[in-house]
Amino acid sequence: MATVELKNLRKTYLTEEIIKGISLSIEEHEFVVFVGPSGCGKSTLLRMIAGLEDITSGDLLIDGQRVNDVEPGKRGLAMVFQSYALYPHMNVYKNMEFGLKLSGMPEAERRAKIENVARTLQLEPYLNHKPGQLSGGQRQRVAIGRAIVRNPKVFLFDEPLSNLDAALRGQMRVELSALHRKLGATTIYVTHDQVEAMTMADKIVVLQKGVVEQIGSPLELYHHPRNLFVARFIGSPPMNFFSAIFQGGDAAGSSVQLRDGSTLYVPVTSPGLLPGTKVTVGIRPEHVELASSGPNSGVVEVIERLGAITLVHVRMPDGEIIVVQTDGAVLTDVNSPISLTLPPRNCHLFAPDGLAFEACHRHPLAA
Amino acid sequence: MALKAKTSTRIGVTILGWGIALWLFFPIFWMILTSFKSEVQAISTPPKLFFMPTLSSYAEVFERANYWHFALNTVTVSVAATAIAIALAVPAAYSMAFMPSKRTRGTLLWMLSTRMLPPVGVLVPIYILARNTHLLDTCTGLAIVDMLTNLPIIVWMLYTFFREVPAPILEAGRMDGATRWQEMTMVLLPLALPGIASTALLSLILCWNEAFWSLNLTSSHAAPLTAFIASFSSPEGLFFGKLSAASTLAVAPILVFGWISQKQLVRGLTFGAVK
Amino acid sequence: MQAVLEHSPPAGATARTTKRTGFLLLSPSVLILLVWSIVPLIMTLWYSLQNYNLVDPTLHGFAGIDNYWYLLTDPDFLHALLNTLVLVAGVLVISIGGATLLAVLYDQEFFGRGIARIMVISPFFIMPTVSALLWKNLMLHPIYGVYSAMMRAVGLTPIDWLARFPLMTVMMIVAWEWLPFAVLILLTAVQSLDGEQREAARMDGAGPIARFRYIILPHLGRAISVVVMIETIYLLTIFAEISVTTAGGPGVASTNLAYLIYSRALLQFDVGGASAGGVVAIVIANIVAIFLVRAVARNLEA
Repeated sequence: MATVELKNLRKTYLTEEIIKGISLSIEEHEFVVFVGPSGCGKSTLLRMIAGLEDITSGDLLIDGQRVNDVEPGKRGLAMVFQSYALYPHMNVYKNMEFGLKLSGMPEAERRAKIENVARTLQLEPYLNHKPGQLSGGQRQRVAIGRAIVRNPKVFLFDEPLSNLDAALRGQMRVELSALHRKLGATTIYVTHDQVEAMTMADKIVVLQKGVVEQIGSPLELYHHPRNLFVARFIGSPPMNFFSAIFQGGDAAGSSVQLRDGSTLYVPVTSPGLLPGTKVTVGIRPEHVELASSGPNSGVVEVIERLGAITLVHVRMPDGEIIVVQTDGAVLTDVNSPISLTLPPRNCHLFAPDGLAFEACHRHPLAA
Repeated sequence: MALKAKTSTRIGVTILGWGIALWLFFPIFWMILTSFKSEVQAISTPPKLFFMPTLSSYAEVFERANYWHFALNTVTVSVAATAIAIALAVPAAYSMAFMPSKRTRGTLLWMLSTRMLPPVGVLVPIYILARNTHLLDTCTGLAIVDMLTNLPIIVWMLYTFFREVPAPILEAGRMDGATRWQEMTMVLLPLALPGIASTALLSLILCWNEAFWSLNLTSSHAAPLTAFIASFSSPEGLFFGKLSAASTLAVAPILVFGWISQKQLVRGLTFGAVK
Repeated sequence: MQAVLEHSPPAGATARTTKRTGFLLLSPSVLILLVWSIVPLIMTLWYSLQNYNLVDPTLHGFAGIDNYWYLLTDPDFLHALLNTLVLVAGVLVISIGGATLLAVLYDQEFFGRGIARIMVISPFFIMPTVSALLWKNLMLHPIYGVYSAMMRAVGLTPIDWLARFPLMTVMMIVAWEWLPFAVLILLTAVQSLDGEQREAARMDGAGPIARFRYIILPHLGRAISVVVMIETIYLLTIFAEISVTTAGGPGVASTNLAYLIYSRALLQFDVGGASAGGVVAIVIANIVAIFLVRAVARNLEA
């Protein structure tokens, strides 16, 4: 197993820079997820690590060795592609055998390895099938098997579950996590699905336009987003935002005035910020509480009942919509007036440049 | 009412479809038919549809010319030209499809434009070059020329086939440690085999039927079937039986071959214009 | 966009090695085609400036533009040029127009369609010399030809097609050879048309003619341009059909450029004049090629 280190990696495609200097180190056994909206460069970055894309500048180190100029097959990596990219003309056994054969492994050893992996992945009945005869989930397993059998230093996954239906995706997610615990292999996983990122990752790297927005554990990103982009990107339904005026702060928190004139005292530090500055307040739908009366009142515009939970879209007097996630059995009707409570400990403040103010207390799960 | 209209449309389509097919195929059918007539029957007026078939025309053709000599030349030249052209075109098409550069499209268009040069424009120099290199009237010489004339179209066809191969499959090969050569021979070629087959088919047909160079660059030793048939044309044009027998012999192999492989062939002929 | 991403240049170790490998793989084909297109061209250019007649060795030396002068002022040349263009255009119109209709026809389900289709495409496999002989003798012969017999059967006087309408007749023979090719491609294109799209058009109330005009015809655009490209390549250089049927005559009524040059070179042994004709043919082919390549280039990016 291995470490991977990216030192100021850059990639220029024609005249456009798509990866704008990314530095990152990945520890042994770590499960790292690259996440971001489409076009953020996450797949390109993975392909640069794989060796399928050139590195324009910067260094890529695997186990401390610079591998910028090493052929993809010699970097000790294995990759699972979004489309699986199985060899359609080879059966399952031969698909898994191909890499081993090229590396010159003796026949008996190959067979033992493949049979072992096939057992783990429940692929034994299909070893003589061609990929075309398999279902999507089975193809997915073969692609994973083909990666495992090579016993790579690092596993690379490029949106591997995006072609599966929702139920299968959930199942494979659990299986992949279990597999990772079992093999303990360093893994880099690209996805646009934040559920996959949150549930599987040891460490999430949020990318946007070729730049790292934040690196951290899933709960760190959830509880302490570094900026507006991460705050908006992580969490579903996304965080609510509204503007406020900064009034002043001390070591225990900062106070802001909301549009309706009420004041909120949020436990975040605000060093050097001038009173009167326009800031953004953010709070997640699951943290807003409903009240029958009080400040912050609005009108219910839409109700989405999902069974276990209910999403209430509230139109505030200034026209903004705030989404509240609440109990599935809540008794509210469209067009009825409603008040919202914003617990200060769950509020986030963002400076005009988009950066979050540092919380006075770290969340215990995101330490 | 609607059903009735449908039935009548279908009958109309059937009649029209068969009528046009028979009309277009008629000359070939008539040629084969005439080849089994005696010379007298062949020029009887009005032409006879029913008659006592005879092999006398074939017998005379075989007696007059060594069909097998011409046929063997045609097969040799077609197969050799096709094989060499494909061997050259596979790496070129691979390079264009999977390692494109700014010049790829220009290169491909330039290749196709060389095909537009009228052969007659360069007949004299090619003739002289062939004579000076002792390639005149040899299968080698004709195969080289046929190969060169078909190469651009073969590159183009292979290029369109290769582009249909999903790049991740080749990348998976590279991740598995395949070298470029292994990637090409062990991953790409098996995948593109149907495409390569239909490309080869087209090349064989084009070589088989190529008339200009085969008539001008060969005389006896390497003369292919196009020359064989030419020798039955002008002075004895009126011997319809022999002419038909010789024509049938010249086209039969490629015609049957074409019938068998038409499904395969058509995939390649679309040149990527039909997805 | 998707296609571009899928086939973005894969990297080996560095972009430079990829570039070099790509170049190395491409170079054999490019090199031999370069030699094949340049060397004879230069030789033709050279001969075209010489007095060079194989049967008259006293005539030699530098001719300057004399050969071109004779050629371009020769009424035969203009005639041949015109014939070439008429032939190309005529065959293209007949084969593509006919094939578009036939493609729609053979897209319909009917009894024995598979066999009918094979019959339609069969002429494509027939070598030009054979089809020319076939039409000249078995079909169109004024006395023994089947068509003449048919005309007599309905009380008409048979026509000596090749003598009366030489160019038209050659055009029909060539169109017969190339129609199947166009049918093959256009039929595949019609069949690739999305069924849902046709059904949607039907739901919108489009009749058969409207469906053909607004759904099928636009869909065929790319396929038609490929047919035009390939057929023109071959039609510009028609030779065997003319040589076998009319030998360019009567006079030069059915002589195209290819045949004119051929008759100069091999029948009159005028290498210089033939070479000048060759150069002119090449220039014309290139002019046509520029237009064609422009039109078809879009397809290559697909």
